[in-house]
Amino acid sequence: MSNFIEHLPLLTVVISLLSAITILIAGWIYKKIAWWISLVTHLSQFTFSLWILNHVLTHGPIHYRLGGWVPPWGIEYVMDPLNSYILVILLFLALFCLLYSKRNIEHELPKKVVSFYTVYQLLLTGLCGIVVTGDIFNMYVFIEIASLSAYALIASRGKIALRASFTYLVLGSIGACFFLLGIGFLYAVTGSLNMHDLSLLLPPFYKNRVVIAAFVFILVGLSIKMALFPLHTWLPDAHAFAPSEISAMLSGIIIEVATYAFIRVSFSVFTTQFLQLFPIFEILSWIAAGGIIFGSILAMTQMNLKRMLAYSSVANMGYIMLGVGLSTSTRLGLIPPLIHILSHALTKACMFLVAGAFIYKADLWYIKDLQGLGRKMPYSCMGFLLSALALLGLPPGVGFVTKWYLIIAALESKKYIFVGVIFLSTLLMVFYFWKVIEYIYIRIGEEGAKEIRIDEIPWSMLIPVMVLGSLCFIVGIVWLTEIPLPILDRVNSLFKLGRVP
Amino acid sequence: MNEKERDVIVETVSRVMIPFIQLYALYVIIHGSGGPGGGFQGGVVFASSFILYVIAFNLAGGRKRFPESANTLFSSLGLYIYGGIGLLAILFTRGMAQYLNYGFIPFTSHFEENRALGMDFVEMGIGITVMAIIASIFFDLAQREEPVGEKEEK
Repeated sequence: MSNFIEHLPLLTVVISLLSAITILIAGWIYKKIAWWISLVTHLSQFTFSLWILNHVLTHGPIHYRLGGWVPPWGIEYVMDPLNSYILVILLFLALFCLLYSKRNIEHELPKKVVSFYTVYQLLLTGLCGIVVTGDIFNMYVFIEIASLSAYALIASRGKIALRASFTYLVLGSIGACFFLLGIGFLYAVTGSLNMHDLSLLLPPFYKNRVVIAAFVFILVGLSIKMALFPLHTWLPDAHAFAPSEISAMLSGIIIEVATYAFIRVSFSVFTTQFLQLFPIFEILSWIAAGGIIFGSILAMTQMNLKRMLAYSSVANMGYIMLGVGLSTSTRLGLIPPLIHILSHALTKACMFLVAGAFIYKADLWYIKDLQGLGRKMPYSCMGFLLSALALLGLPPGVGFVTKWYLIIAALESKKYIFVGVIFLSTLLMVFYFWKVIEYIYIRIGEEGAKEIRIDEIPWSMLIPVMVLGSLCFIVGIVWLTEIPLPILDRVNSLFKLGRVP
Repeated sequence: MNEKERDVIVETVSRVMIPFIQLYALYVIIHGSGGPGGGFQGGVVFASSFILYVIAFNLAGGRKRFPESANTLFSSLGLYIYGGIGLLAILFTRGMAQYLNYGFIPFTSHFEENRALGMDFVEMGIGITVMAIIASIFFDLAQREEPVGEKEEK
């Protein structure tokens, strides 16, 4: 049986690819089957990912050699605690976005249902591939697959989304080029593309300028993909005008997977030893702090709900990168950023799905149009309220856990200013989320006196919203009980983090 | 394109050329694993025969011979061959061999020969998909252009 588990990382990628083309053919014959095929694939992928996580935690990492070729020559898939943790989050969120998309896509893109699910499945292939691979060039290829399908999905709405998608395409391609250039430099120095092999071959060249340039290229390239503060310009439009489930995927998963790629490259290919030679992570945490403040301030000024959430994503990517930046100087290591990846995925996905519900029901894009919706759509507004409070940091929500760990990390590394940044951004966050909540619940408007009928979105869309909204608090409580922390401790010990230097 | 614009020389030459281009494409695909060339190049050469047909005759005729549905079918078929042949290695050995480890697929009794055959099948898969995709890109570009051009002539 353990033999079968070895194949699972690969099967998550391959069945996703095969199901994409099956959807294309089957959907051509019978349109409605597309969603069902996608659902079956998602369910099996999610089951596989849980299985992998369990196996990795009980039996240790999985190494899979594609085509039977020995690693430095062939491609290798490696599953360790970090991978499998991200893979579970990815597939869990993708499953809920898929459930939500059934009615929403029939409503928004009635003519493009089949091609939507085909490309959606391809997107998932790319994302799973980035996460499972242990080969840096293979990672680049999967980043391209995921990005190309993301461009197509954003553009699927037509009109203004085309422009947003094109901006993302140009910037994303530049990012991918930088990443590829970095890989090329590493290959020129070492002659290897396997991550583990690279980490063994690189140490003598740590002071080599080509290697330093390679790291900077990879950092810049992936920063564009993950929308780190000065390079975030593609993000607001792309998030605002994509179909809502794709906004949720973009904000909750795609930029997080780029962060994963950065964590993987900086700790698995380059090691903490390299990172401590230069103040690169110190610079990164300052940039991230700038991103937190900048994203929050710009989110305050937005009138469009989805754009506001998009700028909030910029701020939250700042949180994640701040955690990564502090990781080498605290005992907590990568715990804060990894917790925030989950927190942000849950909360922001839920909020984007609710924003999509407003668009689905009444085509409401602007915050000031949301007056009195708290009575009209009580359940979806409840989902928004829960996830907003959780992200703000109301204990025991997920946001509270991240901020708690981030503040401890900042105090431990004696960078007190970041504590101030976190408090300030929380204040700003209260401001911009409260604006929405005020419009939804308190400002009823002129029709307030009239009797209001409850007019909710369909069940298939409501269930993901409610589940994600309640998970924001349930997962927070689970983190506070410290039961799942051993997973993250293993990640730290894998990268030799979590010790005070 | 109306009847008067048809050019006898171009049509006759392409009528002779197209089968040879396609044969050459198949040659490039089949010999891809052992020599220069391969699935991608062969697929592009094959698709170029459709482009020649459209240039020499007309777009509507080309689309009729290679319709949208065939495009979808072939582009998925190639991927099925590519992905499926890798899965066969897992299925035949019940999980002993890895994905894409063609040597374990029992085409013949020799490990190396199996591996070579597996690679040939993969090249064919790539060739079919690339052919369909290149042709579809060409048709999409050509069809977009057409209505604008007609208006300008009038």
